[in-house]
Amino acid sequence: MTTHEPTTDASLSSARRSDRGDRIFSGLARAAGLTILVSLAAVFVFLLLQGLDGFHADRQYYEPSASGFLGYVLKLLFGTALAAVIAMVIAVPFAVGVALFLSHYAPRRLATPIAYVIDLLAAVPSVVFGLWGARTLAGLSQPFQAWLNHHLGWLPFFSGEVSATGRTILVAGVVLAIMVLPITTAICREVFARTPRLNEEAALALGATRWETIRYAVFPHARSGMIAGMMLGLGRALGETMAVTMVLSAGGPLMTWQIITSNNPATIASNIAARFNGEDVGIQSVLLATGLILFVFTFAVNFLARWAIARGERKFA
Amino acid sequence: MTTLEQTTAPKSTSTLSRAKLTPWAPWLVIVVATALASLIVLLGSWSWYAVPFLAVLFVIIGLPAWSAAIEGRRAAMDRLATCLVWTSLLVALVPLVWVLTEVVLKGVPELSLSFITHDMQQKLDPVTYKMAAGAGVAHALVGTLLITAAATVISVPVGLMTAVYLVEYGAKSRVARWTTLLVDVMTGIPSIVAGLFALALFTLLFGNGTRSGLMGAVALSLLMIPTVVRAGEEMMRLVPDDLREASYALGVSKWRTIVKVVIPTAFGGILTGVMLAVSRVIGETAPLLVAVGSLDLMNANIFSGRMQTLPVYILTEYKKSTPEDYNLAWAGALLLILIVMVLNLVARIISHVFAPPSNERR
Repeated sequence: MTTHEPTTDASLSSARRSDRGDRIFSGLARAAGLTILVSLAAVFVFLLLQGLDGFHADRQYYEPSASGFLGYVLKLLFGTALAAVIAMVIAVPFAVGVALFLSHYAPRRLATPIAYVIDLLAAVPSVVFGLWGARTLAGLSQPFQAWLNHHLGWLPFFSGEVSATGRTILVAGVVLAIMVLPITTAICREVFARTPRLNEEAALALGATRWETIRYAVFPHARSGMIAGMMLGLGRALGETMAVTMVLSAGGPLMTWQIITSNNPATIASNIAARFNGEDVGIQSVLLATGLILFVFTFAVNFLARWAIARGERKFA
Repeated sequence: MTTLEQTTAPKSTSTLSRAKLTPWAPWLVIVVATALASLIVLLGSWSWYAVPFLAVLFVIIGLPAWSAAIEGRRAAMDRLATCLVWTSLLVALVPLVWVLTEVVLKGVPELSLSFITHDMQQKLDPVTYKMAAGAGVAHALVGTLLITAAATVISVPVGLMTAVYLVEYGAKSRVARWTTLLVDVMTGIPSIVAGLFALALFTLLFGNGTRSGLMGAVALSLLMIPTVVRAGEEMMRLVPDDLREASYALGVSKWRTIVKVVIPTAFGGILTGVMLAVSRVIGETAPLLVAVGSLDLMNANIFSGRMQTLPVYILTEYKKSTPEDYNLAWAGALLLILIVMVLNLVARIISHVFAPPSNERR
């Protein structure tokens, strides 16, 4: 009895100690999880607090393209959407193609290294893409843009005077497309690979060719996932800064459908990077306000996409 | 799928199967199309860039057309789809190869020992007695390393603990589900917004015009945390429950099980994830431009003042738009890509060395 007392006491106290350790540790883990939720909210709150003056700043900050915040941000949104749409129009077919290659066409030995190479594309820093787009791609594609203008100039997109440097929103869109490709490809590939095997084998057993199998068994199943992948790409294209800033020579907030002239609409992000000035508090608050709008938009796009993916996962799990 | 195809493919020439193109038909078409394209370019004296375009075009038209004539419409559609899929892959690989070769070709001539040991400060040239701008990235390298290290120090504890919460404590609770969703959403935050956030936060706390490397680190960690969480979560989920239960059975408390069993087991994967996350944020430009600014001199104090970083260095040199500065920008880009690639490579090696525990034990 006397020999037992101390041991139970010790084990009790050690149990209590580990109990306290457990509580502290789980508290820390919970706090970290909360930090993430709080920091997301903080982004919104701090941008709002600091950008509040930007919504009704002095006229001079919005001129010459607009007289008030609404006109200013709408023009920027137009530019943002235009660049993103050009990027998506170019990127989506290739992303679907590459994803199909990786999930259905590639010899097994090729699939893994090529997936790795496509991921490398995502690892190249955006400033390098910007440098390449502005110094290499723009110059080399200038004759092609002139050709577009000469032969397809009757389309509103290719009308106007061709930029002599080639640094146009079309080139910016191409660079964006390259940057969007990896994420869209990755998501599409995942959903393609998740097609139930029985559906595919049933189609093949009915004598369908490989393309018909993909068309009638894979695509219907993957539709929501593909859309989610595209929206994630879109979110990236909307927020990408450096590539657009470096490729577009000047560019301010303006609305034009001409995509190969030297008058290019700026995007929200590129406008912030180009006009940011450490000393001028007025322009800072205007830019913070536009940044808030960008945040809200990309948040919404990303949220919808991720929500769709999460729902899809639960449905097929 | 592959086995099925093999069994359905007719081996004998039975009357039930249609005529088929020979297996080497695609190769034949590719060779013919390339020859034809070269011939046209030669005769029309066009630019040689046109050859691959024309060749690919001819294959996309030629193979399905031939197939349509012999195999029928459905097989032709199938051939067309295959052509398009392969084409999209080839086209997607072009920019990567192009960017890399361009950066190497233009960056290598400028790369030297003095390039990585000097900053951009104006100095009196001892030979010509004129003031000349320096040509180096030492200050940018130091800035990038310090800021990225600070961002890692902030992100790894928060990210890992969040992963612990999601895997070990949250289970399938509603809060955990929302956290997972929002972490995913966070991966899509535009990097410039992260920079603006750091700017707004520090301006509010310390007044206008505040710039420091720490602000950049805060901005970067906002971009880095979600990647760390995802990596940690994925790896800890791979840890077999047997290990946890064995630990519990020995009377070890939950938190010690996590610290002594779960995290060490998942360590290799977590390290890989962290390195990949670092390689992602080390190339970020926009947030640092906004929050840290740029500087031509060395500043190794991340708590006060502007600093230079490698990505912002590339941008600054690019904006100066003189041939010499363009060269410096390319050299900086080469250096940055090298750093990113090395980080990526090391991460892959680590994940190979620390193979999954289940394989190790058996």
